Amino acid sequence: MHLPPLISLAAWLPDLGHDGNFALLSLIKIVGVVAVLLTMVAYAVLVERKVSAFIQDRVGPNRVALPLIGNIPVLGPFLTRLGIWQPIADGVKSFLKEDFTPNHVRKIYFWLAPAVTMIPAFLTVAVIPFGSNLNGEKMVLADLDVGILYTFGIVSLGVYGIVLAGYAANSKYPFLGGIRSSAQMISYEIAMGLSVIPVFMLVGNLNLSSVISYQADGNWIVFRQPIAFLVFLVAAFAETNRLPFDMPESETELVGGYNTEYSSMKFALFFMGEYANMITSSAMMVTLFWGGWTLPFGGFSEPATTLAGGLAHIGIFLGKVIVFMVFFIWVRWMLPRFRYDQLMDLGWRRFLPLTLANLFVTAVIMWLQAH
Amino acid sequence: MATDSPYLLITVFLVAATGFALAPLGLAYAWARFFSPKKSGPEKNAVYECGLQSKGDAWVRFRSEYYLYGIIFLIFDVETIFLLPFAVAFTSLPVGAFIAMMVFLLLLVEGLVWAWRKGILTWS
Repeated sequence: MHLPPLISLAAWLPDLGHDGNFALLSLIKIVGVVAVLLTMVAYAVLVERKVSAFIQDRVGPNRVALPLIGNIPVLGPFLTRLGIWQPIADGVKSFLKEDFTPNHVRKIYFWLAPAVTMIPAFLTVAVIPFGSNLNGEKMVLADLDVGILYTFGIVSLGVYGIVLAGYAANSKYPFLGGIRSSAQMISYEIAMGLSVIPVFMLVGNLNLSSVISYQADGNWIVFRQPIAFLVFLVAAFAETNRLPFDMPESETELVGGYNTEYSSMKFALFFMGEYANMITSSAMMVTLFWGGWTLPFGGFSEPATTLAGGLAHIGIFLGKVIVFMVFFIWVRWMLPRFRYDQLMDLGWRRFLPLTLANLFVTAVIMWLQAH
Repeated sequence: MATDSPYLLITVFLVAATGFALAPLGLAYAWARFFSPKKSGPEKNAVYECGLQSKGDAWVRFRSEYYLYGIIFLIFDVETIFLLPFAVAFTSLPVGAFIAMMVFLLLLVEGLVWAWRKGILTWS
């Protein structure tokens, strides 16, 4: 197979100097990442509806289409019936719905809470390496040396939006939903934080790119730390408030939980934040445990030297993330909801000792091997 | 070069993310303010409780367990932060430092056992 050689950026870019190039490349990367993330959020909602329809033996969204699309010869029927225009309709609808702010709410916080939920959901992706390199440019927004600390710092901020929403609504259901959610999220944050420590013991570096280079050639950490991965996976479900741990918004008890009093665009932001969180936690699982952008065969273990290889790495990464997203969605429609006491019990009395034991055993074995 | 600092990029990304979060809110606010008709009413403004009249205010009494979990969380979250630097360097540590860290871990486990025995972790 012959791949096209590395194309130099300098050939078609005007000379902007060092700072100018850095600014331009950063801008391109940020716009690209945000565009991909938003598209994935929009289509995750569609996949959620399609998968739920499939599991419950329904059809799911299949009506929305742009005018004249159906007239395209062969592709027309596919483009109209698969519901691929549904996200556009949903977006327009949530924007045009009446933006109602009830009288009893605390106005400033009520408006602030959706934004506070949305921002951390975006920020987490900044340190995740989503590809090896493209044109000699590293495919990660910010290659921090303390990548994992940054991630946990930002993930912890996510709880503020939910608490703020519960407080701002000044109403019983959102208040209870908000307080339940905060207790749940902090509980599982500990399990999550402790479960990844053995990973960094193996890697010996807090940088996420190093985690991936450690996993090259199929040496994926999931095979060495299966317990850590399982705890992380379950904690990811709890952190993103997904079934079987969606206590904060358990519909049958608390209507919508912390977002009961919200409508239109403000509600849509909470919704998008939830899906963005799912994508980032899938991406974290792929990065920490499933080899990131590497594949053990086909020569995909090493950083790419060609443009096509770089694109293939991004494709591999996105493919893995999509597998986890489908898993998230699948679980939601397959499992019933836990009770709150079961949830807290699992987090504190099962996972916390389990992760501590895992940590201790890993530390002792590695230390004995090193000496 | 200072401009290559990844933190600079994170700052730019923070500004961009804030923009992406605030722009839809701003547009929604402008739309509600200038274009959509105001249709308010006592029912619509009422606290949503599945159609029942709300009794009392929203400040219902809640379980103190939430608060206790918050305190224990604080301890273990700080522990996680302390453990990460240890985790990346511990293979080259001398025996004394390694044992010291294990003792630190043991003290925290002791705290967990105490809370467990005390029944704080049991949600009744």
